[in-house]
Amino acid sequence: MSKPIYYQTAAELADQLSAGELTSEELVRAVIDRTKKVEPQVQAFLSFDEEDALAQARASDARRKEGKALGPLDGIPVGIKDVLAVTGQPLTCASRMLEKFVSPYDATCIQKLKQAGAVLWGRLNMDEFAMGSSTENSAFQQTGNPWDTDRIPGGSSGGSAACVAAGEAIVSLGSDTGGSIRQPAALCGVVGLKPSYGLVSRYGLVAFASSLDQIGPFARGVEDAALLLQGIAGHDPRDSTSYKTEIPDYRAALKEKKGPWKLGIPKEYFGEGLDPEVEKAVRGAIEFYRKSGCEIVEVSLPHTQYAVAVYYIIATAEASSNLARYDGVRYTRRSDKAADAIDLYFQTRAEGFGQEVKRRIILGTYVLSSGYYDAYYLRAQKVRTLIRDDFMKAFEKVDALLTPTSPVPAFKKGERTADPLAMYLSDIFTISTNLAGLPGISIPCGFTGSGLPIGLQILGQPFAEADLLAIARHYEQAHDHHQQHPNLD
Amino acid sequence: MKHSIDIDYVANLARIALTDEEKETFSRQLDDVLGYIEKLNEVDVSGIEPTAHAFPVKNVWRDDVAGEAFPVETALANAPAKRQNMIVVPKVVE
Repeated sequence: MSKPIYYQTAAELADQLSAGELTSEELVRAVIDRTKKVEPQVQAFLSFDEEDALAQARASDARRKEGKALGPLDGIPVGIKDVLAVTGQPLTCASRMLEKFVSPYDATCIQKLKQAGAVLWGRLNMDEFAMGSSTENSAFQQTGNPWDTDRIPGGSSGGSAACVAAGEAIVSLGSDTGGSIRQPAALCGVVGLKPSYGLVSRYGLVAFASSLDQIGPFARGVEDAALLLQGIAGHDPRDSTSYKTEIPDYRAALKEKKGPWKLGIPKEYFGEGLDPEVEKAVRGAIEFYRKSGCEIVEVSLPHTQYAVAVYYIIATAEASSNLARYDGVRYTRRSDKAADAIDLYFQTRAEGFGQEVKRRIILGTYVLSSGYYDAYYLRAQKVRTLIRDDFMKAFEKVDALLTPTSPVPAFKKGERTADPLAMYLSDIFTISTNLAGLPGISIPCGFTGSGLPIGLQILGQPFAEADLLAIARHYEQAHDHHQQHPNLD
Repeated sequence: MKHSIDIDYVANLARIALTDEEKETFSRQLDDVLGYIEKLNEVDVSGIEPTAHAFPVKNVWRDDVAGEAFPVETALANAPAKRQNMIVVPKVVE
């Protein structure tokens, strides 16, 4: 037995479960033991409920015994970012505002995972209300990057990435508004997929920026990302922006789609600010695709330089509106210092929100305020059109785009917290994807000299997740970056 | 120093009580961010349609039938104060 159970993939474990070589209870116990061992260093979980996870595992084993196993995710522990509603479990969004909130219902993706028999495991740390790129904006704890726990895991889904890298879950779910799945996946050396806008229902995802938010998987391999995406994708009448489209068999597509592909290299993603070690690893990956028969074409996305500015107008504007609901009336927290009904709003929001959330609400409120709407919000929406058009033009020539996921590897805790703009710029390669609604995946493509993971980002056409996964798998099959694990022992 | 944002005005719109220190810090940081955002003025957007959603899905209808709803206790479970199946708020009208 080479790999410990907690470092095997869902695909491998599913085979062992169906062959009767392993029970879900044994698997979940192995994951719980691993979590207890490394959690003092990693701190990926805001909370977890062992007994609840074991009960789900035993139910899975009982189903299997009766010959009623539900599919490849049955009995597999899936970590959940603390922004997704699971009935009866906490839903804090890593915010003091929702410290005591308990979900009254299941998010659609959670309901689907329950129907697939998955074991829902824990509540994963994140930047407060998913606002951040380092998970340092959590009101409760700082997650460490498993490869170097003095460094950040990326964000906002830092807990989701770190727990998969550290073997504290087999796969996990996160959410991505401007890179919050792909950037932490890159920084923690795991696979992270942001689906096309509308592929996965947002019902039960606490809203940050509704026109950008998507839920997606983290995994230690492309096949596992495909399995988990299969489990959560599909139209949902409870999310009016969810898209009616045929959902392909993603796992089968990995075998069927062989390439060669025509791949574009956007020149704007290889400029100033790109770490030389990151550039070298990504160029190495591009070279691999070229040598294996893919045609590599340079393309231009000329409005890339405006993406961060557009994003911080649109995302904060939408956030200021979405977070207006936390007013001390309905969602658990209420200030006891309020003088009257209006003051209740002021005091509750002052006490409940952290610094970054306040900063973004202020910015969002400002750009929507009377006299500034046209200059900021409307203009940003128009530039958003141009950013999307750039991609659509590029996709007339190529099947997918290859870029770095993050301009830098994981940085030290505290290094960027004093300068919000510097932090915002760490999302420079991931943000455009959300503005254009495209799918994107980050896969491990190497390490820095000091052993920090580097991610390759592959961007695809709307609803071309099957192609994206196949292109990612093509690289993965010829490399072993994804099979390396941090040393936490 | 003059800042780009009238922080008192905006904080009032946002219904957040900010400390003096927060006002000072946010004003300074948002000067940087807004300075950066000025970049967008370089772009010629004449004749460009705004994008609100990446894939415009229009006219999403459903049949007008009642679905499942929470029992009152569940709906109120997270309310900070309640009485007689209602949420209690401070007095609004004198």
